[in-house]
Amino acid sequence: MDISISGETRTYGPGTTVAQLLVLEKVETPEYVTVAVNEEFVDAPMASDRVLRDGDRVEFLYFMGGGRQWA
Amino acid sequence: MGLSDGDLERYSRHIILREIGVGGQRRLLAGKVLVIGAGGLGSPAAMYLAAAGVGEIGLADGDEVDLSNLQRQIAHSTADIGRPKVQSAAETLEALNPGVRVNRHPGRVTAADILDLVARYDFVLDGTDNFPAKFLINDACVIAGKPFSHAGIIRFRGQLTTYLPGRGPCYRCLFVQPPPPEAVPSCRQAGVVGALAGVIGCLQALEAIKFLAGLGGLLCGRLLTFDALSMAFREIRVPVRENCAVCGPDPTILRPSDHEMAACGLGE
Repeated sequence: MDISISGETRTYGPGTTVAQLLVLEKVETPEYVTVAVNEEFVDAPMASDRVLRDGDRVEFLYFMGGGRQWA
Repeated sequence: MGLSDGDLERYSRHIILREIGVGGQRRLLAGKVLVIGAGGLGSPAAMYLAAAGVGEIGLADGDEVDLSNLQRQIAHSTADIGRPKVQSAAETLEALNPGVRVNRHPGRVTAADILDLVARYDFVLDGTDNFPAKFLINDACVIAGKPFSHAGIIRFRGQLTTYLPGRGPCYRCLFVQPPPPEAVPSCRQAGVVGALAGVIGCLQALEAIKFLAGLGGLLCGRLLTFDALSMAFREIRVPVRENCAVCGPDPTILRPSDHEMAACGLGE
């Protein structure tokens, strides 16, 4: 199935969850990344249950402060 | 309010724009914007607001100018090292446009004074560099019903969004709470390319100018991200969080709080 991740199309196997996607996409410090699928937030407790479907649009929102890094 | 001959000349490139005109310029001259953080984002933002003739500009910052600031914080000069940033930046704005009033708010903005501060302005611009301050500004603006521009920058990337009361998500919708201080192993510098602060700070100034003049579409419900390395902008549609602790229908945050202030990484 094809999923749009940050605007780029990627192919993943059926049944892939949001939690698995965070690992597969090597998202750093995922506990501090907000995930939105099709413009709906998928919070961490739900990430293992949310199975991705063909055509889903996934966005990762990252904390961005100033010229200093926090993690 | 009538425009003087000097104003007509100074703002002629605004006034000639059909979308702004004399009416829009009058609204800018009557507008009041609070810039919190006179650093990388706040410097270009406040300078363009002053140049645009925004009638009253508040500068809030508790820091002094450091040599390492000058790579991006263009409201300050080498001669200003060691001076309060609000003073240094205010002088820059006043030299740029003596017609605008610049209010100096020295000292770090806290939960105790932020509501009084934002109440005096039409629009707030978050130019801070740390998450406790960003959440403090968000919560105060939501509680006060004040629109504001949020922005962040790091390395070669930046992002911004605009909160409009009752019209779209707040910063806490996007990020529920600040990253905990214990998640911060050190406050080492990650670095940021100076001109990136200019790009994002200018975009924030544009949001404030559009809001005051009443034109165009604001970044409400949209997070605009910019990657300077690939030179690419992206727009991420962001929804309202239905159970948001501050802007939701059943808020649990009813007043601004300093309790989330982290032990390090503050300032600028």
